Amino acid sequence: MEKNNTENNQTNLIEVKEEKSNLLSSSLINSITTNFGDQVKLVYKKENRSKILVSPENLVETALYLRNNHGFDHAESASGTDYPADNQIEINYHLGSYSNTDYYPYILVLSTRVDRTDPKSNSLINIFPSVEYHERETYEMLGVFFLGHPRNERFILPEDWADMPPLRKDFRIKGR
Amino acid sequence: MSSLQEKIDEAKKLSLQITKETEDDRLMTLSVGPQHPGSGHFRFTIKVDGDYIVFVDPDPGYVHRGHEKMCEYRNHFQNIPHLERPVIHDSCNITYAYSLAVEDLVGITVPRRGQFIRALASELSRLSYTLYWLAIYGIFLGHSTMFMWPAGDRELLIDLLERLSGARVTNAFNIPGGVRNDIPYNFKEKCLAQVNYFETRLKEYEDIFYNNPLLRQRTEGVGILTKEDAIKLGVTGSVLRASGVPFDVRKVEPYDVYDEIEFKVQYMKTCDSFARAYVPVLDMRESCHIIRQLLDKMPDSGDVREKLQFNIKSSPGETYKRVESGRGALGYHVVSDGTPRPYRVKASVGSFRNLLALPFLLTGSKLGDMPAIYWSLNYWPVEADR
Amino acid sequence: MIKDLVNPTNFNLLVSNIGDVLVKALDAPLGYVINWGRVWSLWPVHLETACCSVEFGAVSSPRYDAERFGILEAFGSLRQCDLIVVQGTVTRKMAPRLRMVYDQMPEPKYVIAMGACAITGGLYLDSYNVLPGIDSIVPVDVYVPGCPPRPETLIQGTMLLQEKIKRSKVK
Repeated sequence: MEKNNTENNQTNLIEVKEEKSNLLSSSLINSITTNFGDQVKLVYKKENRSKILVSPENLVETALYLRNNHGFDHAESASGTDYPADNQIEINYHLGSYSNTDYYPYILVLSTRVDRTDPKSNSLINIFPSVEYHERETYEMLGVFFLGHPRNERFILPEDWADMPPLRKDFRIKGR
Repeated sequence: MSSLQEKIDEAKKLSLQITKETEDDRLMTLSVGPQHPGSGHFRFTIKVDGDYIVFVDPDPGYVHRGHEKMCEYRNHFQNIPHLERPVIHDSCNITYAYSLAVEDLVGITVPRRGQFIRALASELSRLSYTLYWLAIYGIFLGHSTMFMWPAGDRELLIDLLERLSGARVTNAFNIPGGVRNDIPYNFKEKCLAQVNYFETRLKEYEDIFYNNPLLRQRTEGVGILTKEDAIKLGVTGSVLRASGVPFDVRKVEPYDVYDEIEFKVQYMKTCDSFARAYVPVLDMRESCHIIRQLLDKMPDSGDVREKLQFNIKSSPGETYKRVESGRGALGYHVVSDGTPRPYRVKASVGSFRNLLALPFLLTGSKLGDMPAIYWSLNYWPVEADR
Repeated sequence: MIKDLVNPTNFNLLVSNIGDVLVKALDAPLGYVINWGRVWSLWPVHLETACCSVEFGAVSSPRYDAERFGILEAFGSLRQCDLIVVQGTVTRKMAPRLRMVYDQMPEPKYVIAMGACAITGGLYLDSYNVLPGIDSIVPVDVYVPGCPPRPETLIQGTMLLQEKIKRSKVK
């Protein structure tokens, strides 16, 4: 963020920080694209955040590469967004790192798009054990089945929930 | 000796034959349910073999009110009152992250005085939340003085928040664009007086609670979460810092004015329940230092808020912003499509991420250690259900 | 001669008259004593429903002391309590448990609906998982509005409940 009325050395500090983190983004994105080439698409690149889009088949491979070579070791959050216009559901994993101090402030969004009529995706539970409950919640809120996850079951909703998954766009709240 | 051992084994075999017990018969299923003096609004099923816990299955969702779905039907300003209800007593932090995300999407910066007031309200909320957590921890372990003292001291801080915003707990003070109103007359002196008094009380807590030999026996060496396990499970907040990882969002990714404030990240390396109970007290001391510096460095005058239109249209895109709340890193992933209402809001809360450590720590421990481990994970059930 | 005076009809009349006199004499003071005992020892069940539980915890704090009214959080069992304070939103998952807890309590029992969400659904009226008010599950005695109600309001609610108990007739 730029502050309009700050002193000179503070603006210098902020510029240096921005350059450093953009450098981090650039080096990370460069290494990913050299390894994976066309299979990875960059969606946006900002200060301390960037997002890559992969196809569902390459998800596990990319996640393994990120864990082994760059030190991303946990997922801050994992969820999905429903896009009925494109007939797809997008699954996002926000990955962070606790062991690599260079990447402390950095969050990389690893996302993939699955078909809305029959949503299935590979589970990343063997690579990042911290996504266990997040994937279970995405299953029950959006209907995405995770292959390899030990329990694709009801978690937060009541046991007798018989309606469609609530976070889909065609589930309308009563009265609105 | 061997003949005695043989006799014991034979007797055991005989008794098993008589009672016809199988392995499954030895396990007893208990439901530590929503109506329980030691569980809050949360249920977990445990299978017990004698005194040892063998299997834990958490069952959240008793307070699931559908905040994420409701966010899609309200515009950015209308989202603030209902988004602060998951953690009602830490409300200045949970709306802070949402305001940061919306300001990022709209593309404005908050005036400097507003940033200082926001940080001040956030620190006061954090103190109020941690004191309530400490009060409930005391009463789960049976130490009722430890319920009365923090609950009483918390009222002094709630007085300060009430002067700022008008409400005791649901402040609705942070809105996209800054804060709602300026600090009242004479606030700085009163705040300094209360914070100074509160620091002397922290010393007294150590005397009756943390140096108490019974508490030490109940929590030291119990529920050990090593550094590798903590990183693998992705826990956050004071649980992570009690396992030796010095990660604090205010230091690592400073938002607003936290890059001008000097403070240290408090962490401990012992990884047991006592460390998880003690790190919040160290955090509270740091919060007092931060509040003093904030009151010192605040500019004397200026706007506190960038006035936005009520139906502000955020530019299409998405963002993820996080702050450090009482439970850990709290992040909001907001997706917008150019209309006044957000397309998707996902709140990644510290309680939900810490829940994964509960089955991991409880299996293999004794039944009597359950309250000490469960509440030390800094888990607030209403927030985890959203 | 006594055998002539004491015959079955006379004896029945005598006993029923003495019974009437006893009821009139003892009913009011005995009822008063029993009601007095119930009013000053209302023990709430330890059931936290939603976010208003923070203000309920603040009621037991040293500033708004609820123990002086006899409201102790009984950490024993459910069977010793006679007051259930429904604090906040009741979701569809919690509703059967609430009814189960209410059924397990012995008579006499009272219900206070605390917070706007327990009265009509409050802020969450249009959510998919929230019950619009607990009137349909348990019979409510006192409604305490607010979101969340201040501790003084909750204490005023309990005093209203105490007035109601004092006026009620003991069977």
